Amino acid sequence: MSAPRPQAELRTSPQLREPVTVDVIMRNVVYAMLPVCAYSVFQFGLSALALIVVCTAVCVGTEHLFCRVAGRESTVNDWSVIITGILLALTLPPSFPLWMAAVASFFGVAVGKVFFGGLGFNVMNPALVGRAFAQAAFTVPMTTWTPSMVAGRFTEFIPSTLTMPFMMPATNSDWLARVAPDGFTGATPLALMKFEQVSTDTVQLLTGTIAGSAGETSALLILVCGLYLIARKMMDWRITFGVLASAALLSGIFYLVDPEIYPSPLFTLFSGGLMLGAVFMATDMVASPETRRGVWIYGSLIGVLTVIIRLFGGLNEGVMYAILLANAMSPLISRVTQPRRYGAVKKVKSPA
Amino acid sequence: MTAQLATRIPADLRGGTFSHGVHPAENKQYTAGKPIQRFAFPSELFLLLSQHAGKPSVPLVHPGQEVVRGEPIARADGFMSVPLHAPATGTIKRIDLVPTAKGPRKPAIILAVHPGESQEMLYGARRDIDAMTPKEIIQAVQDAGLVGLGGAAFPTHVKLSPPPDHKVDTILINGCECEPYLTTDHRLMLEQPEDLVMGTKILMRAMGADRAIIGTEDNKRDAAEAVRRVLPKDGSMTVKVVPTKYPQGAEKMLAKALVNREIPSGGYPSAVGLGVYNVATTAQIGALLPWQRGVIERVVTVTGPGLDKPGNYLVAIGTPLRFILERLGFQGGPQYLITGGPMMGDTVASLDVPITKGCGGFLIFRPEDVAAQTVPKTYPCISCGKCVEACPMHLNPCQLGKLAVKRRYLEMDEYHLFDCFECGCCSYVCPSGIPLVQYFRVSKGMNRELKAAAK
Ligand code: SF4
Ligand code: SF4
Repeated sequence: MSAPRPQAELRTSPQLREPVTVDVIMRNVVYAMLPVCAYSVFQFGLSALALIVVCTAVCVGTEHLFCRVAGRESTVNDWSVIITGILLALTLPPSFPLWMAAVASFFGVAVGKVFFGGLGFNVMNPALVGRAFAQAAFTVPMTTWTPSMVAGRFTEFIPSTLTMPFMMPATNSDWLARVAPDGFTGATPLALMKFEQVSTDTVQLLTGTIAGSAGETSALLILVCGLYLIARKMMDWRITFGVLASAALLSGIFYLVDPEIYPSPLFTLFSGGLMLGAVFMATDMVASPETRRGVWIYGSLIGVLTVIIRLFGGLNEGVMYAILLANAMSPLISRVTQPRRYGAVKKVKSPA
Repeated sequence: MTAQLATRIPADLRGGTFSHGVHPAENKQYTAGKPIQRFAFPSELFLLLSQHAGKPSVPLVHPGQEVVRGEPIARADGFMSVPLHAPATGTIKRIDLVPTAKGPRKPAIILAVHPGESQEMLYGARRDIDAMTPKEIIQAVQDAGLVGLGGAAFPTHVKLSPPPDHKVDTILINGCECEPYLTTDHRLMLEQPEDLVMGTKILMRAMGADRAIIGTEDNKRDAAEAVRRVLPKDGSMTVKVVPTKYPQGAEKMLAKALVNREIPSGGYPSAVGLGVYNVATTAQIGALLPWQRGVIERVVTVTGPGLDKPGNYLVAIGTPLRFILERLGFQGGPQYLITGGPMMGDTVASLDVPITKGCGGFLIFRPEDVAAQTVPKTYPCISCGKCVEACPMHLNPCQLGKLAVKRRYLEMDEYHLFDCFECGCCSYVCPSGIPLVQYFRVSKGMNRELKAAAK
C-alpha cells in the first residue's frame, strides 16, 4: 500500500470553536441598525441620509487613516467603526450641518478609539465621545430641531445641512415657515416636558412623529431591532433590561409622588435617546463590564443616572452622560463583581 | 425492574447539571452505532514506561525474553506508580526511547509480537473478590496497572486511598463522555454493562461507600437503559441521566450535577464524600480484578473527517498510531492527529506515537476541517463576557487573558489561574479567537517559575 503518508500538523486544544467571531457580531449589529436608519430617513428625508453617510464614511476613513499612518493593517473590516458612525449619526439632530458631523466623527474615532489603541481598548463608546464633543463645540446646532415628516423631505435638504465648512449654519426659519406653516416650536418632547411640563402622547413617541435626533424618534423600532440581536445572542439583554427597568422604576417613584411635575415611566422609557442608548450604546461590549453581576449594576446605574440628569440636571437629556459615566466606571464594576468560582474554599478571602 | 424503555425519565433518575459550559456539535453519529471491534496486533508494540501520572514503572524483563499475553513486564515504582503488562505474547526486543503524544521521547519496552500467535492465551487466575478486604482490593487495583482511562491517567488505587479523615459515602461513575466525537464510554455501557456493575461493586467495597450513581448524558439514553437492566436489585446503584453539555464529564461538574456537591478548590472529591471514576476504568476493574489480570488493551474511538472507516476499536496498548491509521484508510497529506477529544486533546507530532492507557480517542482532522474551526484573524479582547459565561469553574478568563498578555503572571493568582483545568470552553466561545487556554498553560508555567525564582 503506497498511499501518501500523512504528515502530522501541530495545534493546541481546543480544536473546536464557535463560529461567531467579532466581525460577525459587529456586522449583525450594523444590520440591526439599518431599519432604524431607514426609518429615520423616512422621517427626515435627505438630510438624515446624508448625515448617516457622512458620519459613517468619516469614521471609517479616520480609523483607516490612523491604521495606515501607524503602519498597521487596517482594522475597519471588523465592522465596529461602522457601528460608531451610524450610532453617532443617529444621535445628532437631522438638520445638523454635515461639516460639523464630520468633525465630530473624526474626533469620536480619533480620541474615543484610536487614541486608546483601537477596538477592545477604548474605555468609552466612541460614538458618545463624538457626540459629547459635538455637544460642547456646536451647542446651538446640537439643540436645533426640525419637524419630522415634512413635505418635500426627499427632494431637498434642510438648509442647515449644507452649511459651508467652518461657517455657522444659516437659520432654517424660511424653510420652517414653508414646511410647517402652523408653527413649530422647535422643542423635543423632553424639552417640552422639562421646561413646560407638557407630556407628549406615548403613541407619538413610539412611532416618532415628533422632533428629535435622527435615531431617537422610533423607540419601538429600536426595541424590535434590539430583540433581533438578543435572540442571536449578540447583545446582552441584561444591560438593556437593567437600563430600562431602573429608569422606569425610579421615574415611577417620582411620578407617584407628584404626577403634575414628573413624567410618567412610559414617557421616560420612550422619549429621547433612552431606547437608543439602552439598546445600542450601553450594550457596547468593550465599554461594559464582562461579569454578569457587573452588567446588572452597570445597566441600573445608567437608568438611574439618566433619570436624575433628566429631572434635576441642567440638560433635558441625560442618557449620553449617564452611559459615558458608566463606561468610565465599568472596569471598577468588573473588578468588584468577580464571579464566585466553583469550589471556592470559604476561609480563603477572594480579592475585592 | 422490568426492561421497559424509558422515553421519559422519572424525576428521581434525572440528574441536575452544572452552570455555564458550552454545547459544541456532538458529531458522535459517526461511531455511536459501531460495536467495539478488536483491532489487529501490529508486529511491534511500544509500551511506554510512563503512561500514567506519577513515577514511571520499572522493567522486569530483558531483551530476548519471551512473555505471555497478560504477564507483568514492569513493576510499580512506589505508591504513585503502576505496573505494566504484556499486551501480547511475544519477545522483548529492547528498551528504547520512543515518541510520546506530548512530544519528548520517553523510554518504552518494545515487544515483538509473535506472528501467527492466536493471542487467545491469557495470563491470570480466578479469585473471589468478596473474600478480599478493602486494602487487598486497593492493592489488586494497583497490581492491575489501572489508571484513569478517561484521559488523566491518574493511578486508580491512589484515588481509592483518600486521606484518613475523609469518609466517602457515594461513588460516582462517570459515563458522560462529554467530548464531541468520542463514543467509547457509550459503547462500553451498551456492550459491557455487567463489567461496569461489577467494577462499581468493587469500588464501593474498596471505599466503604453504600451507594453509587452512574451518570450519563441524555444523548446516551440507550446506554443508561442497558446499564439499568443489570443493576443489582438492592437499590444501592442508580443510573442518572444529565443534560448533554460540555464539560459535564469533568469530575467537578459531575459532582455538582449528580449530587450537588462542590469539590473544594485544590482538594479531592473525597473531601465532600465522593469517589469519582470513569466508566472505562470501572468496567476494566470489573473485568480484570476477578481474574488477577492487568490492563493490556483499551477501547479507542478512531474518528474524524479525515478517515474512511471510523469506529470503536479494542486496541492493544502500545499499538503505534501509524498502524491504526494505515488500516483505517486515512487520506494522505498533512493531517491533524488529535489524541483524546477535540476540546481538551492536543495534536501529536509523530505518527509513531503509541496508544497509551489514558488515550480514549484519536481524531483525524484534515487541514480544511481545522481551517473551519479557526478564526482567520485574532482580534483584541472586546470584553464581551462570553468566556466568563462559559467557564464551568466560574473564573474570569477575560481578565486572566488580559493579565497574560501583559505578562503579569503572578497577579493571575488573584483570578485563580490554577483553578483552570484547561477545559477549553473559554477559547471555544471567544469571538476574538484569543487562544486563552494556550495563554493559561504558558502562564501556569511562568507563574510557577517566577515563584520558584522568588524563593
Ligand atoms: S479553560 Fe480554564 S478558564 Fe477557560 S473555561 Fe475552562 S476552566 Fe475556565
Ligand atoms: S470571550 Fe474573548 S473577547 Fe470575549 S471577553 Fe472573553 S476573552 Fe474577551
